[in-house]
Amino acid sequence: MAGGAASGGKAQTDTYKEARTLLLLPSWLVLGFFVLIPVFMMLIYSFLTKEFRGGVIWEFSLAAYDQFFFDRGLFGDDAPSIEWTYINIFWRSIWQAGAATIFALLIGFPTAYFIATRPPNSRQMWVFLVTIPYWVNLLIRTVSMKFLLRDQGPLNDFLMGIGIVDSPIHIINTDFAVQLGLFYSYLPFMVLPIYAAVERYNFSLSEAAADLYASKWQTLRRVLLPAVKPGVIAGCILVFVPSLGSFLAPDLLGGAKNFMIGSLIEEQFKGNAGNWPFGAAASMILLSLVLIVLMLSARQQNKGEGV
Amino acid sequence: MAQAGEDIKNYPGFMPITLFCLVVLYAPLLVVMIYSFNESKSITVWQGLSFKWYVDVFVGPESAKFKEAAINSFSIAIVAALAATAIATSAATGMLRGGSFRGRGFSFGLINLPLIVPEIVTAVATLIFFSAIDFERGYLTILVAHIAFCIPFAYMPIAARMQGIEDTYEQAAMDLYANKTQAFRLVLFPLMLPGIVSGFILAFIISLDDFIITNFVKGAGIETLPTAIFGAVKQGIKPNIMAISTMLLAVSIVMVTISYFVGKSGDKLKQPPGEK
Repeated sequence: MAGGAASGGKAQTDTYKEARTLLLLPSWLVLGFFVLIPVFMMLIYSFLTKEFRGGVIWEFSLAAYDQFFFDRGLFGDDAPSIEWTYINIFWRSIWQAGAATIFALLIGFPTAYFIATRPPNSRQMWVFLVTIPYWVNLLIRTVSMKFLLRDQGPLNDFLMGIGIVDSPIHIINTDFAVQLGLFYSYLPFMVLPIYAAVERYNFSLSEAAADLYASKWQTLRRVLLPAVKPGVIAGCILVFVPSLGSFLAPDLLGGAKNFMIGSLIEEQFKGNAGNWPFGAAASMILLSLVLIVLMLSARQQNKGEGV
Repeated sequence: MAQAGEDIKNYPGFMPITLFCLVVLYAPLLVVMIYSFNESKSITVWQGLSFKWYVDVFVGPESAKFKEAAINSFSIAIVAALAATAIATSAATGMLRGGSFRGRGFSFGLINLPLIVPEIVTAVATLIFFSAIDFERGYLTILVAHIAFCIPFAYMPIAARMQGIEDTYEQAAMDLYANKTQAFRLVLFPLMLPGIVSGFILAFIISLDDFIITNFVKGAGIETLPTAIFGAVKQGIKPNIMAISTMLLAVSIVMVTISYFVGKSGDKLKQPPGEK
């Protein structure tokens, strides 16, 4: 079957086969009308002409994509050259999300591994502890991070108190602050899939490696890591993808200079400089980027299963 | 070498990293909780324990604004979570008890669409949709958007629960002359209940917490708690905002804890007698 695990497990039984359409209809209607159709309308809007002060004029135009990729000078009649402003914003977002993913992996992998090797009855407790913060309002968590990282904030007080630094270190409104915020926002997403993979891992493989005189770190790198790779990839995707389009962390922790895709899009719909087709085009480009990442990772995962 | 077998699992440094991970996850929240009890009006100096900012939230100059935002937030979260849970329960029954059919993969994709599409993209798309059909933005647009994106969160625990229930239960009911509706109502539904409760709670929290989509579709003149907090934080973090945040944080943690224990009690029921 083409679907397999990707389509939510197999249909177990057909007890309610006759009522199937009726049972699924509400979800089709609500998600079709309020998510799927809106995404298609967004695609259409990205090819329309902008109305000043928000909204669109129903006239086909490539202006939004043109503005994104090409620079035609101040009056629009110069020979087109590549416009780097928006490409750089996307590039910066990819970089920031990537850095946050690496931080999350460095902390998340050992944590997931440690939890998965606890006695079975205490594992659930650890997993619960790691997941709680995810269910706390993302806005509040980001505000907390801002509060903590301020120049006169508790972190600097602490660092100066124990004498690591003499004067406050400036973290807020830097790229690093945004990376920390993203790392903090999505860290539980890294831990959970890796935990699930390590829990299924057969430790007699490690024992076999040790019997053949592999050191512990060789065992980790050559035996364990390849076996849990699908979990690691899933974790990286779950941190990277939401980080890429995030709005709160760059807005609250990065200040005005550290623009990311989310802020660029938001500005098109909120500010007075509103340009809806351009915002729709930027959203489409972000969505395509995310779909490409998801497709590549799905292919990678399938390849892993084939071996 | 049993000792080596145990030892091979443990890597030096992994436990400190795990503890560090927990500190990182909880420290910012604890700091805000502690400072919400600060006597001082300044957020930088600690001047002793006080509940005055909690009082301020309820009777202070901004209390009317917070009250209205809280009513909006909670009423939307309750209605959206109820609707999303009903839709997800129905969809899970169709997906897992409806046999195989064409378009099953599509159906599953559609249910999970809000998880795949970045939140800001969903926000833009929803705003464009309401604007294109000329629907005035306000309470109703927030509610509808929340119902839609809460569906996958309600669906996950419900479907997971349903997958663990073998069809022998409803078969037995029907062998004893229950019709299909009765088999669902009296047998399948009670067995699914822990999943349904978890689904409702997750959907409720997700709705209560949402900022980005709400911010796009809310229109002027209506606020939920997150949008009100965001607006206030733009002017700087004030102690009363920390008090509100702490209360909201407590609501989330209590709800998740309930969901966790409901799920746990459900696990016990699920295990058929005689196994293990």
